[in-house]
Formats: sequence, C-alpha cells, structure tokens
Amino acid sequence: MSAKIVTAYHLRDGDAVFLREDTSWSKDVAEAAVVETAEAEAALLETGQADVTRNIVLDVYAVDVEIVDGTPKPTKFRELLRCLGPSNRTDLGKQAA
Amino acid sequence: MPLHKNGVQIEDSWTYLGEEESPTLGDRTILSLDQWKQNREQLLEGNHSYGIVLAPLDEVEELRDDLDRIAVIAVTFPTFANGTGFSQAQLLRRMGFKGELRARGHIIQDQYMYLDRCGFDTLETDKENVVEAWKEALSEMTVFGQPSGDDRQPAYLARHAKGNKAAAE
Amino acid sequence: MYRYDEFDHAFVRQRANQFKGQVARRLSGELTEDEFKPLRLMNGLYLQLHAYMLRVTIPYGTMSSRQLRQLAIIGRKYDKGYGHFTTRQNIQFNWPKLEDVPQILEDLAAVEMHAIQSSGNCIRNVTSDHYAGAIATEVSDPRIHSEVIRQWSSLHPEFSFLPRKFKFAVTGDATDRAAVKFHDIGIIIKKNDAGEVGGEILVGGGMGRTPMIGKTIRDFVPERDLLAYVEAILRVYNLYGRRDNKYKARIKILVHERGIEEIREKVEAEFAQIQGSSLTVPQEELDRIAAYFADPDFEAFDAEALEAINRELEVRKFENRDFAAWMKTNVKPHKQAGYAIADITLKGIGETAGDITSDQMDVVADLTEQFSLDEMRASHEQNLILPHVKQADLFELWSALNSHGLGTPNSGLITDMIVCPGMDYCALATARSIPIGQEISRRFADLERQYDIGGMKIKMSGCINACGHHHAGHIGILGVDRRGEEVYQITLGGSGDETASVGARVGPAFTADEVVDAIETIVNTYLDLRESPEETFLSAYRRVGLDPFKEKLYAAA
Ligand code: SF4
Repeated sequence: MSAKIVTAYHLRDGDAVFLREDTSWSKDVAEAAVVETAEAEAALLETGQADVTRNIVLDVYAVDVEIVDGTPKPTKFRELLRCLGPSNRTDLGKQAA
Repeated sequence: MPLHKNGVQIEDSWTYLGEEESPTLGDRTILSLDQWKQNREQLLEGNHSYGIVLAPLDEVEELRDDLDRIAVIAVTFPTFANGTGFSQAQLLRRMGFKGELRARGHIIQDQYMYLDRCGFDTLETDKENVVEAWKEALSEMTVFGQPSGDDRQPAYLARHAKGNKAAAE
Repeated sequence: MYRYDEFDHAFVRQRANQFKGQVARRLSGELTEDEFKPLRLMNGLYLQLHAYMLRVTIPYGTMSSRQLRQLAIIGRKYDKGYGHFTTRQNIQFNWPKLEDVPQILEDLAAVEMHAIQSSGNCIRNVTSDHYAGAIATEVSDPRIHSEVIRQWSSLHPEFSFLPRKFKFAVTGDATDRAAVKFHDIGIIIKKNDAGEVGGEILVGGGMGRTPMIGKTIRDFVPERDLLAYVEAILRVYNLYGRRDNKYKARIKILVHERGIEEIREKVEAEFAQIQGSSLTVPQEELDRIAAYFADPDFEAFDAEALEAINRELEVRKFENRDFAAWMKTNVKPHKQAGYAIADITLKGIGETAGDITSDQMDVVADLTEQFSLDEMRASHEQNLILPHVKQADLFELWSALNSHGLGTPNSGLITDMIVCPGMDYCALATARSIPIGQEISRRFADLERQYDIGGMKIKMSGCINACGHHHAGHIGILGVDRRGEEVYQITLGGSGDETASVGARVGPAFTADEVVDAIETIVNTYLDLRESPEETFLSAYRRVGLDPFKEKLYAAA
C-alpha cells in the first residue's frame, strides 16, 4: 500500500485540515501523520471520523502521498492543489502563508 | 412510530398491515396501494373506512374513485431529499380527499412548514421536542411567494388586498 | 429596476434568520452534515476544494451601484478581496467562513439581495437577457416575468426537493442572449396575433453529461397563465422525474425518455386543472412589477445634438486607437437615440475569466451611478454591462474603465471566453480550466488577429457538469482526468443562441501542453477555409463539418 494521510474540512471555517499523530488537526500537510498499512489507515480514519461526530470536521478521507524531503506530498493533483491553493492565484490559500 | 398533529403527539388508532398479511373488514389497518387494489372489491363491501400508504412511485390517480372510503393516507418520504410526496399530497387534496393526510419517513424540521402548506394533517416521527420544532418552523416565514392550497396568501395577491400591508411587518 | 416592498423585505429578512438558525443548529451538532448540506445548498453555500463558497444570486442579472458596492464590501470583509461572476448571473465568494455566512446574508438583505436557491435541487436563480430593456428589438422586458417566477419559486413548499436542480431562463427578444434552449424551462416572451403578451415555453434543454436542446411544449401561453403553466410542468417533473440515478434526474431525461408528446399531454392535463386558480397573477401585480422596469428617464437629443456627439466620438476614435478598439467591440446600439450599451468584459488578457476585485467593483459601481442611470448587469458570459450610457459620456467612461484594468476591448472576440472555475476552486472538477483559459488568452492577445478571426465563442468546463457551457461553445473545451493527467476534449460547432446546437467531439483529447496549440490549429484551419472574412467560424463550421479540422488536428499522428 502506498503511504497515506487523513484529511478533512474544518466545520467552522471550511479549511482543509490534516490529522496529526496526536489526533489533532493541522492546516499544514507537512504535519500530517503518515500511515503505511491498511490497519493504521483504518485506525487513523476512525480517529478522524470521531471528530465528525463531535462536529469539529467533516468529509474525512484518506489521501495517497509520497514522501518528498521528509514530508508527505499527495500524489493526486487534486489533493496537491488542495494543499496549496488555486494555481492561478499563488498569493492565496495555503501556498501564500 | 409516534404520531403528531401540529407538533403535539396524538393517539394513533391505525396500524400498518404487514406485507404478508391479508386485510379483514374494518380492522383499521393501513394498506399499501397494491394490497388495496388486490382486496378492494371485497373491502368496499362493508361500511368501513381504510388507510392507504403511498410510496413515491404510486399513482395517486388510482385512488380517485375510492377517496370517500379512505380515512387516512400516509405519504412516504423515503429520504427527506425525495419531495415527491409534496406533489402527491397536493393532488390528493385537489381530488377532494377530506381524510387524514399523514407524512411518514425521513422528514426534517425544515420541511414542517412545507408539510403544513401542502395539506398534511399529521406527521409520524420519533424525534423529541416536536412541539417546539413545529412552532419554530411554522413561525419562521410569514410571507409566501406562491399559493399552495392552504389559506396563506401569496405575496402577489396579499400586496394588492386592502388593509393587508401589516401582514408583512 | 425592481425594488423590494415590505413583503420582499420581510421575506428575505426572515429567510436570512431562518438560515442563521440552521447554522446554529449545525454548529451545535443538532443537525448532521447530511441534514445540513441540502439546507446550506439551498442558501448557496457549498464546500469547495479549499473552503466554503457562497453563491449570491443576481436575479436576471440586474444590479444597482449600491448592491455592487455591498458585494465589494463583502468581498473585502469576509473574503479575500474579490468575487467571481458565474455563467448563471451569480457572484461567488470563494473563502467565507461558515460562522460568517449568517452575517453576510444579513448584509445582502440590507441591499435587497440574497443567496436563496442559488444551489440545491430546487428552482435556481432565474436568468435573462443581459441587454433587457436596452435593445430596440425587444418584444417585452423579460425581467417582468423573471421577477414573477423568482417570487413564485422562492421557498416553494412543493418544489424545494425536486429530483434535481431546475433552471429557468427568459428572453424577450428573438435574438437569444440567454441560452433559453439550454435550460430546463426556457421562455421566449412574445406577442400573439391579437397583440397579447405571453410566452413560448421550451422544456428539457440542458448541458451536463447529456446535452439537450429544449423543445417547445407550447407555442404561446398568455402572461397571466404563465405561473399556472410552469407549475404544471414542475408538478409533472416532481412526480415523474427519475430519482434513481443522479445523471438521469434532470427534466431533459424525462422529456427524452417519455417523449415531448407524453410530457405535453400530462402538463396540459394538469394545466387544465389549475388554469384560472390563484396561480393567475393579477394584472395589477404585473403592472406593479412592469413599472419598475419601465424606461428610466432618458434624455432626448435632437438630430443636431446627435450629430455633434457622433462627430465628437469620431474625433476621439481617430485620436485614440485604444478607445476606437473598445468602441468597435464593446459598445452596442441602444434603443434610445443618444445612448449606448457598454460591455465591461472581465476577460483581461491572461486574467481569470469572471474574477473582479472589490476595488474594481467599487469602480464599476461609481461608473454605474455616474453614467448608466444607476443600473448595471451581469451576463451569463461572465461580463458586466452598463446598459444605459449616453454616447456623449462614452469616452469618459472608457477612460475610467481603462485606468482600472476594465477596458479590455474584446467583447465577442476569441479572448472573451467563458471559463468555469475548474479544479483551482471546484470540488467536482476533473481538471483545471483557468490556466488553459489564461494561456489561450495570451496566445491570441494580438487585437488585429482577434479581429481577423472575428466573432468566436470559446467555452470551457473543468468537468462534465458543464458550468462553462462547453457544449454551446463554437469551440468547446472539457477538462477530464485521464489516469491522473489533466486532458482536454474539444468540441466544435456548439451555439447557445437562437440557432442552438450542441458541439461535436473532434477526436481524442489533448494534454494541457497540446491543447492551446490545438485551438490555434482549429483557428488557422478556419481562416484558411472560410469563403470570406464575413463567414464566421460557426457558419464555416456548419458548412464544412468536422472533417477538415480533424484532418489538421490529427494529421501528424
Ligand atoms: S463545470 Fe465542473 S469543474 Fe467547472 S465549475 Fe462546474 S462543476 Fe466545477
């Protein structure tokens, strides 16, 4: 299985967020917990899902990543864009920070 | 499933006929449209009234001749996103159905006003605090864009009716 | 233009409050996302790729300076200083927070605006001709009935949970600028032989996965019966529209599967039942609304004055080539002598189609007030229009627009494209569209070349949903995902006007690197084969078909 991270949207502000090792959510994909087995993925998804029930996030799902320079980078272009921001406005979104 | 009228829980003297069961005269059961059609001749013989439960794909037209012998029609919303039942209700009322029109299935608070406007009398729900929710839902809007068979006037009539300006305040 | 009375004000205020309650119930956890989603959608609130997105309707595309200024403020205060005009006469804000949305709706209500039914499986914002009330050939202002339908469809108790979304477009002119044949219901306002106003009703048009051209269900419905007739259509659709498959749920599929005859029979039967009921809009209401759309106070010019103005314009054009260029494409004749319609294309070379900054909104608002009798329009082609400009003011208007990057002289030319947000913003996208649009724009930036190519509509979507109207583009581009790569399918010969046609696929898709070259090949092929410079791309295509283009495009392969 390819390496995976778990992502969601923050309920209040709609920001894309990534599940950390310590079960909190980060806005920075670099801080995401990376899992490499199906069991670990299921466990991570379950942790994320619990926050759906607690109305902290919504739309929890796993994303395929590769590790580049020690940080996870989504392999799908859509997910990569989601970690950056609109490609026509590099002054906006996460890439601007 | 608890039955509510205007948000208040009321007694339900009707039961749904099981899929495999056969109706008997005057047993106060609610039949599917198929069950009704299969047993119609026999059931109409007595003096009793019956209940019918409608699914979204059922043609309400098939009940036209029997409406005076039907005391309750339960319209099913399989999910709240399936709004077929609102049109079925409108047609039934227009066909002259005077009995109890009840809504069953997955219905959310934000549809209570629509139920009321489309001619429903009762609602099956196991939600709590239906009274407050009902009150809230029905008080949120006092201006309406369209007629729907109830006594709420569409704005295009209300704004030209004398002495009606205050209604919108 | 239409002004809210106390009924409209109460309605929008109550609706904003209602949504405030819904947001509160969502945040408290009382509503699950599954339950909240259709409610937020019915208020135009999406969850997109990066954030929530709020879509605000501009009914039939008409706005005042006050409204546009408020949009500018909202863009600054709750968003990132800009907005995006869509193909359905809406404006989208890309970054609002859920918690802020109730306040935004309140701010909108204060200027008679809202986001009601800009999304969801309900009747959407009614769109119309962006030149309504300003062009000479119009039979009757389509916005009168658009407004009637808008009010009737708002929070409709029976039609708020339809099988799928439902879009109306209304035109009052034989020249169709509102793409009425690509809508679930299209209405062409016309007069019958007795001189009565009514509408021809088309049903079952649409884009998406299965593009269809609407069919006439009734040639003429008198205006007082219009609501009853459309209600009959909606009832038939709500009862019989398919709910088992999202892609087969639009009314176009119902019409296609059952045939227009069966649908007509059902609709007519239903109409016969409800004609003359309280769905009949009283004449005094039609008159009340019509009064809002009566001609503004146009100034009358005598022949001498007109001649002087024209002479002056000619001199200005002679002295200033940029102004002349803008006059050539962006200024259209007005029904009133001495006036003109001015297009503000949101299509600067290399820019994002439809995007406008809050600062630019303020500029347009000022100019609307100063030069256009306080009225402006948004078109489905993602442009803005000042509909009532005195010819004598054109130069001053252009100078102001130009100094704020709003004077691009390309209305109707190849760089005046429709481009949907695509994957840069949209959660449903299969590919990006904005960067491709930007590259095409840069490739064809040269004005002389644009003139040579002539009238050309490129329309691009980032997925099969076809918000970018690619099926109706003279050249249509659809971005799809091919094994993780963004590739682009090209269609030719589509048209969204009164001669509506669906574009035909030219062949296998092109990669992002190839697609702009492919467009250039198509354009060059056209230039080679046209019979004269007067033969437009669309006419030439209709004469020769796909083959010559195919040959050139795939010759090397
Ligand atoms: S066409 Fe597709 S990608 Fe473009 S805006 Fe519509 S849904 Fe999004």
